[in-house]
Amino acid sequence: MAEIELSGIGKSFGDTVALDAVTLTVPDGAFMVLLGPTGAGKTTTLRIVAGLDRPDAGEVRIGGTAVTGMTPAQRNVAMVFQQYSLYPHMSVRENLAFPLKSPLLRTPPDRIARKVQEVAETLQIAHKLDNRATTLSGGEMQRVSIGRALVRNPAVYLMDEPLSSLDAKLRADLRIELKNIQAGSGATFLYVTHDQIEAMTMATHVGVLDRGRLVQIGSPREIYEDPVSLYAASRLGQPRINLLPADLFGERPPGARTIGLRPEQIHQGEGADSTVTRVEHLGDQTRLHLSFLGHDLITVTDAHTGLRPGDTVKIRPERPFFFDATGARVH
Amino acid sequence: MSGFSITEPSRGQKWIAGLLVAGYALITILPLIWIVATGFKSSADSIAYPPKVFFSPTLEGYVNLFTTQTRQTQEFLAAHPPQTWYEEIVHARGLVIAGPSRFGERFMNSVIIGFGSTFLSVSLGTLAAYAFSRFKVPLKDDLLFFVLSTRMMPPIAVAIPIFLMFRALGLSDTHAGMILLYTAVNLSLAVWLLKGFIDEIPLEYEEAALIDGYTRFQAFYKVVLPQAATGIASTAIFCLIFAWNEYAFAVLLTSGTAQTAPPFIPTIIGVGGQDWPAVAAGATIFLLPVMIFTILLRKHLLRGITFGAVRK
Repeated sequence: MAEIELSGIGKSFGDTVALDAVTLTVPDGAFMVLLGPTGAGKTTTLRIVAGLDRPDAGEVRIGGTAVTGMTPAQRNVAMVFQQYSLYPHMSVRENLAFPLKSPLLRTPPDRIARKVQEVAETLQIAHKLDNRATTLSGGEMQRVSIGRALVRNPAVYLMDEPLSSLDAKLRADLRIELKNIQAGSGATFLYVTHDQIEAMTMATHVGVLDRGRLVQIGSPREIYEDPVSLYAASRLGQPRINLLPADLFGERPPGARTIGLRPEQIHQGEGADSTVTRVEHLGDQTRLHLSFLGHDLITVTDAHTGLRPGDTVKIRPERPFFFDATGARVH
Repeated sequence: MSGFSITEPSRGQKWIAGLLVAGYALITILPLIWIVATGFKSSADSIAYPPKVFFSPTLEGYVNLFTTQTRQTQEFLAAHPPQTWYEEIVHARGLVIAGPSRFGERFMNSVIIGFGSTFLSVSLGTLAAYAFSRFKVPLKDDLLFFVLSTRMMPPIAVAIPIFLMFRALGLSDTHAGMILLYTAVNLSLAVWLLKGFIDEIPLEYEEAALIDGYTRFQAFYKVVLPQAATGIASTAIFCLIFAWNEYAFAVLLTSGTAQTAPPFIPTIIGVGGQDWPAVAAGATIFLLPVMIFTILLRKHLLRGITFGAVRK
């Protein structure tokens, strides 16, 4: 249980800048999710906290201790790798017990057995404990790799897209399970994902990375409702935020180039006419594809809507976001 | 299932493949059978023409291999009846056993030098290969090329300088000297072979072990080594075969205490005429250790590359 502080972290691989002066504090007991597309520096951030990569500049502190020069073992961190990295020459049981047997922890055998069983049951892999790691399916491997982190009680948990190759049901189960573990133990999590549902439901804090720079930190709601830039606004929201020329609906603040409209920022029933081009019934909601002055928009409407392609819907923006030419938020 | 299949060969194809393999196996195993059979022939049978396929086996060759003998008068032979089965064999030819031959010692020399140099080559080779595979070594490619270049000429081309060095250092005819020499020759092969195997092991496993609380060396020992077992086993076999069969340096640098079996076996032929069965017996026994070693490590050789649990 510890706070993670990154100050002025820089890291380059050859000519590619992976991280540029990243300063970030993950408070003790926080669940921080890092968002950003591939190459934004999410995984590099995790690896630097873990001690697998050495930053070119800046300092890492875990629980108040400067750990920049320390080995991963000395930092007492647990990490779930995106590529699972299960030891292929060991059984599932041995894989799960491996961190507990390390010189760092030296757990007594009966405690190892108990802890492994407990974690295996949480992750629904208890029936596979004696299988070789290589005989598992992708989803099972990923659960073992999460389990290898959960058997420990480290200063911080680092997770690199741990749920990415699970099926939808298991993903939903484990999302809740991980959140429970984090909330129950008060552990600090630094978590990388592409999945916005994971970000919205699990995170207490979200950090948005853009090409190695940390552009916004806040609660999931803050990022969603008050993004600092067009880029940050695009990270969250399903369906994605609609981005249109700023003057499409008339008045615009000075300097605005783009108007950003999330589905709930499009008020239906008043304003200008748009044409329905497609209706997608998703069960709990209906997505409405609209054509407005030659631009396509997607919004959400009543689940039981009677609208059909070709119908006309009046729309107007409601408290929209405006962004300038560089993508920064102006209003 | 009928029709074309990309994975399942047809009956005819299986037959052809089987015949080809059987034919090849027969060709390679014939000299071996011939050597083993000759070892159990009598002296007369061993040089019979046409060669005898069916013969009455005798252990004469093996007895001759392990003993030295002297000819005695009929009176002496009558006064000293044979006590054991091997004395009886010798007795029948009017000889008595004078003592053990040097074959046992020479064979032990081969074992010590062969396995000793194999152990050293593989241990040093694994460490060097790991370093070349994982660390940023300055001038890595040049060093690797240099390591390989020691094998670009036949080792015997440097026989004279080595002979002189060994003489100056007092290494001639010592076990340590021969182990050192064979290790030096084998090391380049070991480094290159093992580097290939270790390169195949994804770095992620070691990173996971580092995170799991192990040091770099522990990660190497607990995670890399078990996965490199296949490579280590095959490298060990190559190293052993070279050190075991090496003849030229053994002739040049050893004569007594450290002489290995290869230069010794041909000298058997000089003891009391052309004793082919004894030579064949020596060759048969000489073949066994490498064969047993290979069979013991066969599991690793056949298992192939570990199919890793890393998502690519």
